[in-house]
Amino acid sequence: MKVTIDNITIDVEPGTTILQAARQIGGDVTPPAMCYYSKLEGSGGKCRTCLVEVSKGSEKDPRPMPKLVASCRTTVMEGMEVKSVTSEKALDARDGVTEFLLINHPLDCPVCDQAGECDLQDLDYAHGNSGTRTEFVRRTFEKEDIGPYIQLHMTRCIMCYRCVFTAQQLCEVREHGILDRGERSQISTYLNKALTNEFIGNVIDVCPVGALTDKTFRFKNRVWFTKPLDAHRDCEVKGCSGHVRLWMRGDEVFRVTARRDEWNEVRDTPDGRKGWICNTCRFHKKKASDWIIDGPTKIKRISVISQGHYLNLKKPTDTFVPIMGRDPKHLLDIHTVSEVNKTDIDLSLLPRPAHSTDFTTGNVLPEAKQINIQESNS
Amino acid sequence: MSIKLLLQHDKKEGIRYYEAWRKNGGYASVEKALKMTPDEIVEEVKKSGLRGRGGAGFPTGMKWSFLAKPEGVPRHLVVNADESEPGTFKDRYLMEYLPHLFIEGIITSSYALGSNVSYIYIRGEYAWIPDILEQAIEEAKANGWLGKNILGTGFDLEIYVHRGAGAYICGEETALIESLEGKRGNPRIKPPFPAVQGLWMRPTVVNNVETIAAIGPIINMGGEEYAKIGVGRSTGTKLISACGNINKPGVYEIDMTCTVEEFLYSDEYCGGIAKGKRLKACIPGGSSVPILPANLLLKTAKGEARYMNYESLSDGGFQTGSMLGSGGFIVLDEDQCVVRHTMSLAHFYMHESCGQCSPCREGTGWMYRILKNLEYGKGKMSDIDLLWDVQRRIEGNTICPLGDAAAWPVAAAIRHFRDEFEWHVLHPEESQTRNFGLAHYADALEVATA
Repeated sequence: MKVTIDNITIDVEPGTTILQAARQIGGDVTPPAMCYYSKLEGSGGKCRTCLVEVSKGSEKDPRPMPKLVASCRTTVMEGMEVKSVTSEKALDARDGVTEFLLINHPLDCPVCDQAGECDLQDLDYAHGNSGTRTEFVRRTFEKEDIGPYIQLHMTRCIMCYRCVFTAQQLCEVREHGILDRGERSQISTYLNKALTNEFIGNVIDVCPVGALTDKTFRFKNRVWFTKPLDAHRDCEVKGCSGHVRLWMRGDEVFRVTARRDEWNEVRDTPDGRKGWICNTCRFHKKKASDWIIDGPTKIKRISVISQGHYLNLKKPTDTFVPIMGRDPKHLLDIHTVSEVNKTDIDLSLLPRPAHSTDFTTGNVLPEAKQINIQESNS
Repeated sequence: MSIKLLLQHDKKEGIRYYEAWRKNGGYASVEKALKMTPDEIVEEVKKSGLRGRGGAGFPTGMKWSFLAKPEGVPRHLVVNADESEPGTFKDRYLMEYLPHLFIEGIITSSYALGSNVSYIYIRGEYAWIPDILEQAIEEAKANGWLGKNILGTGFDLEIYVHRGAGAYICGEETALIESLEGKRGNPRIKPPFPAVQGLWMRPTVVNNVETIAAIGPIINMGGEEYAKIGVGRSTGTKLISACGNINKPGVYEIDMTCTVEEFLYSDEYCGGIAKGKRLKACIPGGSSVPILPANLLLKTAKGEARYMNYESLSDGGFQTGSMLGSGGFIVLDEDQCVVRHTMSLAHFYMHESCGQCSPCREGTGWMYRILKNLEYGKGKMSDIDLLWDVQRRIEGNTICPLGDAAAWPVAAAIRHFRDEFEWHVLHPEESQTRNFGLAHYADALEVATA
């Protein structure tokens, strides 16, 4: 079946979606996808970032489609002509969707664990504005604890429904879903349940933003400082592929994830099994000796992870020595240079809150010390 | 006096009950229809030119003929009684006063479509109507019009009334089907269309209450006779629920040949603007269709009189026209503030968005907040352009028509009443104490557009 996307013609199987055909071509013509996940049945159609213009419906019915269509859920027809990046209308709509997704996003990338491998960051670099046009208070949610493994940040969520489909299709029971509607809709459990199913960890991998992150990796490191290695182990859990990616720094395994392909989707194993991994592999095997290392990961996707290897990098020099005249060992040494926090004054011995006179006059403290000693003796 | 097909007997005593309905010629259409073949009924409906009364105006006969008929798979008729559009209350009147007319339509339609189990999905706020319908269903069953082997034809039919939980979005056909299946009322992504995979993945037809109620009269008088009523492609009669600043709010049956002016000012219908005030604007078809200023409501941009039918109301496209929609006729007099009115509509759509796709989920709230600022004197001139840009990027980019429905009223308000928005920005304090008034909206069209 022949389909033309941005003047590039490609032959695809019947039943392929426009997005899949565009991915086969690759490069710029591929529309961004925030909610579509080819490994999850029923996903897609919700985020509207993959809108394309169909300028010719098919060979039989050459009329153009009246509206922009979601390329992830529209199957190709013989002789279809699609405009993706060549259509101003589609690009404008994508810009609009990007803006809509960001007006309530907290933009806390500097403290977000997903930063560096976030689909929304990539989308914003490609389609976002430099400033915001909204001046309203951003939406916030009450924090919810969803168990020992997964951290939920509802403010970052873009409602792609991927995690719901994942739990539905991989786990025995789905304990989380969407509550409320419209702006207030949120990923939640009913009521206050912990997500502990053996395969629930995969929601972290499918989440396009930092809404669902790994609690065992939280704030431990930035993804671009860790080195990805492919590894595997024979996992006894049924359905677990055991093929993982270890994110290491030195000898320490900081994080374990499933292996992902260039579209940030979980990749099938070489012998054709699904690449999902179980919670044991993901959260409890944090030693390099647990794994058989296959070698360093090759990342095709353009990201900060693959771009962290700079040549001729000028390292920042230490300024402690020229300024202080000595080399401090710890940050705690700040006490030795501070005028206020004198080390010989033991504030914990004061029977009351400290005030400035404690530091300026030297007489107070020995008294206090004596009182305390007497009290403790009697 | 115009022709009355649906509301012929609505004022008669006890018409809600079977005996009175039967005495007034009730169930004659079922007797006639069950002697015909299903295809003949579909043909008859096609000939009648009946268009969907729920808002979109899609020809019903064509919709029925699209229904897939695979072997061994049951088919379903689902009646959409989730009438939640602000300004529209025609179905409520129909179901409350003439439940048997409605049941009659369902029996005939189910027979034509081959549905042995049909559903009525009724909005949760109509708490008392399901009881009326269930009682009518019981009566019909007791008299042999429902159940097994109806009138000895071998046709079985059960009707179930399903109460919704109060979501506007469940009036969208695929969201309605999801809700009926017991899931969250999110619209499905089309294709596949319900006619191929609908309720429980079976072929399904979803029709509005008024559409189904019109099937009875069509069978009684014949499709061709029915098509003679009305004008052009707007055949038959339409129920209009008029409300707002008029003397006689209520549900009226019109035959689509009366002008808007006649409908608005004649004593038979709305009876003019209340308290002798002047007309400022009107939403002719339920809250989601574009608002029109008085001069464009009564006359089209070409200067012809505007009629109450599908074509005439949409004459001029969205630039100078509107839509008949679901027939919720909302009238605003000279004392009403269009900005405030648009704000409350935007609030409604923000509240009712399902939150599935991003433009609608985020955009409706954004529009409401901008409008709130404008209304309360905190707006900037650039907000008006921003509002226009936001609605433009919602429209057409969403899964279901709710995004369009949220964008159109805002777009039309800015298009026709931009000076009122600007007045709110320029006079932030004055706009809190008085309304903008009529301005040029009621002037003759030549003067207003000059």
